[in-house]
Amino acid sequence: MSTPSTTAPPAPAGPRATPGPRPSLRSRLFRLEGVTAPYAYVAPFFLLFLAFGLFPLVYTMWISFHRYELGSDPEWTGWDNYTWLFTNPKFYNALLKTITIGILSTVPQLLLALGLAHLLNYRMRARNVFRVSMIMPYATSVAASTLVFAQIFGRDGGLANWLLSLVGLDGLDWRNGDLSAQIAIAVIVTWRWTGYNALIYLAGMQSISTDLYEAAALDGANRWQQFVHVTLPGLRPTILFTVVVSTIGATQLFGEPLLFGGVDGGALNQYQTLGLFMYQQGWAFGALGRAATIAWVTFLLIVVLVLLNTALARWRDRDTEGARR
Amino acid sequence: MTTARPTTRSKALAAAATTLVGALLITSCSTASSGASDASASDGKTNLTVSLFGTFGYEEAGLFDEYEKQNPDVTIQYESTQGENNYWPALQTKLASGNGAADVQGIEVGRIADVVANQGDKWTDLKGTPAGDQVANYPEWKSAAATTEDGKVLALGTDIGPMGLCYRSDLLGQAGLPTDPAQLAARLGSWDDYLALGREFKAKAPAGTAWMDSAGGFYNAIVSTEEEIYYDSSGELVWDSNPAVKKAFDTAATAAAENLTAKLEQFEDPAWDKGFGGGAFATIACPAWMVGYIKGKAGDAGAGKWNLTSLPGGAGGNWGGSYLGIPKSSKNTEEAAKLVKWLTDPEQQAKVFGVGGNFPSNTGAFDLVSGATDEYFQGAPIGKVFSAAAEAAPTQILGEEDAVVKSSLVQSLLSVETNGVSPADAWQAASKDLANQIG
Repeated sequence: MSTPSTTAPPAPAGPRATPGPRPSLRSRLFRLEGVTAPYAYVAPFFLLFLAFGLFPLVYTMWISFHRYELGSDPEWTGWDNYTWLFTNPKFYNALLKTITIGILSTVPQLLLALGLAHLLNYRMRARNVFRVSMIMPYATSVAASTLVFAQIFGRDGGLANWLLSLVGLDGLDWRNGDLSAQIAIAVIVTWRWTGYNALIYLAGMQSISTDLYEAAALDGANRWQQFVHVTLPGLRPTILFTVVVSTIGATQLFGEPLLFGGVDGGALNQYQTLGLFMYQQGWAFGALGRAATIAWVTFLLIVVLVLLNTALARWRDRDTEGARR
Repeated sequence: MTTARPTTRSKALAAAATTLVGALLITSCSTASSGASDASASDGKTNLTVSLFGTFGYEEAGLFDEYEKQNPDVTIQYESTQGENNYWPALQTKLASGNGAADVQGIEVGRIADVVANQGDKWTDLKGTPAGDQVANYPEWKSAAATTEDGKVLALGTDIGPMGLCYRSDLLGQAGLPTDPAQLAARLGSWDDYLALGREFKAKAPAGTAWMDSAGGFYNAIVSTEEEIYYDSSGELVWDSNPAVKKAFDTAATAAAENLTAKLEQFEDPAWDKGFGGGAFATIACPAWMVGYIKGKAGDAGAGKWNLTSLPGGAGGNWGGSYLGIPKSSKNTEEAAKLVKWLTDPEQQAKVFGVGGNFPSNTGAFDLVSGATDEYFQGAPIGKVFSAAAEAAPTQILGEEDAVVKSSLVQSLLSVETNGVSPADAWQAASKDLANQIG
């Protein structure tokens, strides 16, 4: 009976069996170092992760089972906070707004980034200037960019309404409208992250062999066809990465809506994202237990979304590979 | 050349690592030292830390320097957080850990009920300290709000927010309304008169100008003249059965539905700030501290255009105002109490009023400021108007969840103004929301 095993092939009898001279202390220490060094090298990250990543995560969960008002002592309540959350229409509202603002910002953002990266990939003058300028919005602080955009989307005398008036449309009350406020926030997010994603796509594009483009050109493919048939397939892993990162970012969206209009997220909570909802519970109302519950549910949501993304991508990959065969 | 590269790089890495570690050490040291309220300096001086929010006006009026000069053995370390909503949570975490709070901490009036109800063990009872003498010098309601059931005084009042009505006399003039404070006051016998005058204003007002800034602000002004608002005297939550709240809500909703407001959410909408100078609205309910706010936001564009009169019917009321407290963790309680006592003396409170418009809470200071006028407000007798309002103000009953109830009702009123929600639906929405939040 030979069970297929990848481990421990039978040791060849002979040279191994004869006990050699005992290895010196020095060489044993050397070997010990070889075995332990990697752990020592990775230890700083994992120690920091334990202290600042895992511990807060677990502690947040512990708090979420308590009634914990800011300034008083925690009091065990079991699943009360979760019941409160899942029966609260505000939670579903926040979830919905997070999704709609997420879609409104992520989809145009990634499409724009893809197009920009494709253009930047051409040989042209001052290419590096353009590439570096892509990252500028990302380097700007959320506060600064949001304050500027809040002025642009101002009701009285904002730039956006002035542009609308040029084409003969009435000005909007961007901040207080439902869709309009979400669009305004999505524009801020898109503005900040498009360049960042474009640079990632650009890096991905540069790893695609130029031979493929040349071959495609010889076959008579124009630039659009090259983009569709060479660039896009080559970029698939990069695209998956940006989709995952953007999804996480969209789920945690907080700074932009907060600075755009405060913790309530509008009169009808029309732009109260999960992040804002959590902040409102924790810091405006002092209900830390409820805030912790929202934090945990958001965390689980992100895990599910990422798994879903990856599964979708795998499924697609397998599908296309199958088609190729 | 090629062999030299890794070494320079590792040097750079080492340098970076050293800086990082250094930075961590420095920050941990500095937090440790700023957190140490027991920092009795080695030269025998007492180091008092003072942590406030927004503008209390002490620094601006030079009071800390003055105190240091009078007390050579005391040095004062002062810091201020701009937003109270950031200041308070940070203070709470310091109180909870018993570490890092300053010797003297500011407390906003909206938090005082929470402090009295839940944090009796975290703040010093000022009664036994030098600051205790001050308690009798306040309007009764001001010190009552900071006193626990068992008689501990946890904080001393700095300022109060007696209200008047600020208005743009140029805009009122253009609409053919009286611009003189006395004549205007004569037309304003009640809040309904105020609404009626608003309709008159709207009919003739210049385009792009509304009668008032927001329904939420209007609502808040009305309820701030009431004695019983969201809680009754036994501490029960009564906001939805209190006719005064419903009436104020309905009055404000009427203003919203009739487009008498500029639809600008107070303190949140950047356009609200711009509106003071730009003439987006003609009137706004004005607690004393709002005078300073208007000057800051309207700037030169508003100088000589704003004026001040009493609330409709000469009503008194209170909106805002703060306290000073000494956390239990302070190691310099005695010295801190002396400083608090001095800062809340009439002379000092009067000086602060002169600089920032924060109205004194010490009744002894009422006389000192009652003659004050303000050039920016066309020489209006702001001291007289606010003193009268302070004396007419009722003893407000404050409650722990006041801020939550208020924010929900104000938000609902905003939805009436800006999203066309009917007043009845807006009230329903607030009820549902509050049942979920505190029910």
